[in-house]
Amino acid sequence: MKLHLKIWRQLNAASKGEMIEYEVSEVSEHMSFLEMLDMLNESLIQRGERVIEFDHDCREGICGQCGIMINGRAHGPLTHTTTCQLHMRSFKDGDTIYLEPFRASAFPILRDLKVNRKSFDSIIEAGGYISAAIGQTPEANSIPVSYEASEAAFDSAACIGCGACVATCKNSSAALFTSAKINHLVQLPQGKLEAADRVLSMVSQMDAMGFGNCSNTEACEVECPQDISVLNIGRMNYEYNKALLLRK
Amino acid sequence: MKTTTLQYKLIMAATGLFLCFFLVIHLLGNLQLLLPAARAQEQFNWYSHLLSGNILIKIISWVLYLSLISHAVYALLITRKSKKANASSYYYDKRKVSSPWSSRNMGILGTIILIFLVIHFKDFWYVYMFTDLPLDAAGNKDLYTIVITTYDQLWYVLVYEVSFLALGFHLLHGFFSASRTLGLYHPKYVKAVKVFGWMYTLLITLGFMAIPLYIHFIK
Ligand code: HEM
Ligand code: FES
Repeated sequence: MKLHLKIWRQLNAASKGEMIEYEVSEVSEHMSFLEMLDMLNESLIQRGERVIEFDHDCREGICGQCGIMINGRAHGPLTHTTTCQLHMRSFKDGDTIYLEPFRASAFPILRDLKVNRKSFDSIIEAGGYISAAIGQTPEANSIPVSYEASEAAFDSAACIGCGACVATCKNSSAALFTSAKINHLVQLPQGKLEAADRVLSMVSQMDAMGFGNCSNTEACEVECPQDISVLNIGRMNYEYNKALLLRK
Repeated sequence: MKTTTLQYKLIMAATGLFLCFFLVIHLLGNLQLLLPAARAQEQFNWYSHLLSGNILIKIISWVLYLSLISHAVYALLITRKSKKANASSYYYDKRKVSSPWSSRNMGILGTIILIFLVIHFKDFWYVYMFTDLPLDAAGNKDLYTIVITTYDQLWYVLVYEVSFLALGFHLLHGFFSASRTLGLYHPKYVKAVKVFGWMYTLLITLGFMAIPLYIHFIK
């Protein structure tokens, strides 16, 4: 099939970007979206033009590197799908496709479709870990964890940190990401010990990085490739409120 | 520790829910307007007098004013913050397909409510509290007649109906949103609160909408 692409081109954070039009033909419906972009980049290289830069790594939906706003939606038209797992069969011959970077003040644009998501890292650094020197791998059964608790913790831990939740949020809130990281730990015995400090400091960091508040529109859950539940946000708020009340 | 927007949201949720509670009381009071004319006049005026004289009600009404003001002020603060967080707009934006309309327009809905409240306070609250009104047979200020004559004007009824619709959509998202902000996360109770929120919103909105319509067209 033949496609018209309108792609955001921007040299660096300081420069002004704009939408540039491209045409690609002979796109197979079996191609992934990123393969289609690879094809376009091949032709740009042959013409001696600067390639379109975008983030990607695993290309199998598990690393969270990829992320493009496709036709106005984070990761494109499908729900719960990463950009790398989107295929050209979701489009028709002659379609016009708009490609933009994830936009948020906390995600400055590096180049073209690539954004800097260090603000996510800094939220993790603020408490998204367990501060115990554990030495070698401990015996697995020394701390009992119920099946339900481990599954629930895994469901939260499934967040790949792609940033689609922020990109799709009208407030650019990082509530879904932050809550997933908090809940992944708070549901396990090892994580409970520092629960109060963790939630206070991660929520503060989320604010400090310039993410907006959560209006509970729940758009994030719809676009999340891992289907991370918005109930995580409720749990984060619960932990936060509890920590505020019990703070000495 | 620096105050976070989540703390602002907590204040919004608490004040919002207090306002939700107040709406129930206000609606129950207004339902007296639907009684047969003579009874309605006597009872509604008596009820208004009862409220205005009571010290407990005075305290509650000050909490109410404070709630309303802080709800609006914090709404403004978080909206400013999120505008800053989401400063660069998309060239092609279809994000709205993944969330309900009311959840994205709480600010606009709230502003309509605020404008309505200014009109509402000016025409009833101010008139009752600070002007000399004629008295009814029982010697109470005749607020009833003011209400009835005001609702005789069709445009006024229309302004009210539009405002109540805005209130309805604000409540539809607001009630549930407050429960999430306060930290409700158990799936069973989240569902229960959603259902309760729907029923609450429907009853409050239809209740308030019905009164001016009934007075204008039927009474
Ligand atoms: C009777 C009047 C009102 C009631 C019962 C009410 C109720 C609520 C409730 C329960 C919430 C949810 C809080 C949360 O998200 O946790 C809310 C949110 C909100 N209210 Fe109101 N409200 C009223 C009036 C207003 C007014 C006058 C304004 C604006 C000037 C306003 C602006 C907002 C905004 C912007 C939000 C959304 C906050 C967000 O984006 O998360 N409200 N309201
Ligand atoms: S490239 Fe790893 S999730 Fe898409």
